Amino acid sequence: MSSQRPSAWYAVPAFAFFALFAALPMLLVIYLSFTAWDGLGSPAVNGGENWSRLLEDSEARASVWRTLLLMVVSWLVQTPIALLIGVWAAGKQRSRAVLSSIFFLPLLLSTAAIALLWQALLEPNFGAFVGGPLFLGDPDIALYTVVLVISWQFIPFHTLLYQGAARAVPPSLYEAATLDGASRVSKFRHITLPQLRYTVVTSSVLMLVGSLTTFDTVLILTNGGPGTATRILPLHMYITGFSGFEMGYASTIAVVLVVLGTALSLAVMRWSGFRSMSSQQEGS
Amino acid sequence: MKSRPNWPAGLFALVWLAIVVGPLLYLVTVSLRTRSEYLGKSVWELPDALTFDNYVTVLTGGFGQYLLNNVIVTVATVAIVVLVTVPAAYAVVRNTGPFVQRGFTLILMGLAIPAQATIIPVYLMITRMQLYDTLTAIILPTAAFALPVAMLVLVNSLRDVPKELYEAQAIDGAGPLRVLVSLVLPLARPAIMTVVVYTALNAWNGFLFPLVLTQSESSRVLTLGLWDFQGQFGTNVPALLAAVTLSVLPIFVVYLIGRRFLLSGLTAGFGK
Repeated sequence: MSSQRPSAWYAVPAFAFFALFAALPMLLVIYLSFTAWDGLGSPAVNGGENWSRLLEDSEARASVWRTLLLMVVSWLVQTPIALLIGVWAAGKQRSRAVLSSIFFLPLLLSTAAIALLWQALLEPNFGAFVGGPLFLGDPDIALYTVVLVISWQFIPFHTLLYQGAARAVPPSLYEAATLDGASRVSKFRHITLPQLRYTVVTSSVLMLVGSLTTFDTVLILTNGGPGTATRILPLHMYITGFSGFEMGYASTIAVVLVVLGTALSLAVMRWSGFRSMSSQQEGS
Repeated sequence: MKSRPNWPAGLFALVWLAIVVGPLLYLVTVSLRTRSEYLGKSVWELPDALTFDNYVTVLTGGFGQYLLNNVIVTVATVAIVVLVTVPAAYAVVRNTGPFVQRGFTLILMGLAIPAQATIIPVYLMITRMQLYDTLTAIILPTAAFALPVAMLVLVNSLRDVPKELYEAQAIDGAGPLRVLVSLVLPLARPAIMTVVVYTALNAWNGFLFPLVLTQSESSRVLTLGLWDFQGQFGTNVPALLAAVTLSVLPIFVVYLIGRRFLLSGLTAGFGK
């Protein structure tokens, strides 16, 4: 019977393709972080020079802090809104179905389209908020404006996650609680939230890694400005590499990005019992 | 079960509706204004007349080329991803050997790789392969980074197929290739649709790979074209927003046709 099973060759094209264009670059970026390379000639190994430079680079350090701030604020803004709308939209009424399909629309727009739209919308002289704050021009609020734009783009996606998960909660739990006279709020706290905990983890990991790698939004919206107020880590890497032609040093920053991303995902999964979820998946 | 209407939640949903729809209305209405209306009147005032001139300006300004490039990149990326992942997912589900299983684990780890972090080595590889500034340069890495999600979705769906079905086919004397064609393909069709939609949306809206791996106008895709329009049109915001609207239109049409697939495609593999 085992001869009737597909041979490993069936998987080789996919594996080879992934290895060449995704896994190999991961290894190469580590190598490149130990080289000097201007992007045109050949990379030349220069030992740990980039890494010791990184330790003294206050701009890189500042961009790490900006990135972390962006992540935390994005999470704080997006999670409650996505959770509430998602749970609300999980109801069966027709009006909710219609509204959720409208809520979903921002996901169709490319990041470039969204950034350009919001740039026009927030333009101080002719935009929709003439006389309002300098959303993109004030160094104190530009980063928060970026958070708003990111949230507008991605809350719909997380809403979908929560909507799907809320629909999967067994109705019997709510029925029992209703018989016990539980209020709507206490049902949300004691049934909905615990039942959605894995979705919160999934959504949070995607959100955190997503804001860690936010790039095109910021590039188009502010190009890191005003000054360096929104120059987050991926943008710092891009500008160092492709505008400053220091590809070796930019690779060092890229490695930091990978380490940060991996550490974050692992931390969120560990703290929130994601392991039990992955074993549950293996069983299915 | 009867429940009382949830007024606070309904109100919140309406507020959110305004937040979502407001900017989209702004996008479309400004794109229909003349430039002098845009500069002379507040956006909250009704315009004297609507114009399609901005759309004409955009369509005569290289938009067709960008659109064509986008279609080529999207179709080719989807084709590669589907062609390599369907047999691979079949192997992952039916071949318990260490090579296949470890390879699958490796691909799943790719879910956590931020594409940005690999852009410099990808740039190095693409230039060394003499592919810089071609559409192929965009297609190859875009497809590679779509593989993890595609594999996750397909494997999850094929795992739900009862073993007996495979075994019955084997008893009938069907080889793996025939099982792939006559059993796996039909059963995996919803999952394949999901993969198609997810991959297509990513390829259609891609920005970083085109930005770094292409240069000339002839290989420019829509997202970069939009960015370029911004420089070209300067303060001609209505024309820029017409370009943005046009870039969304094709995907909006797809959305109207295949809403169900699109929704499942976007949350694919994360819903469990």
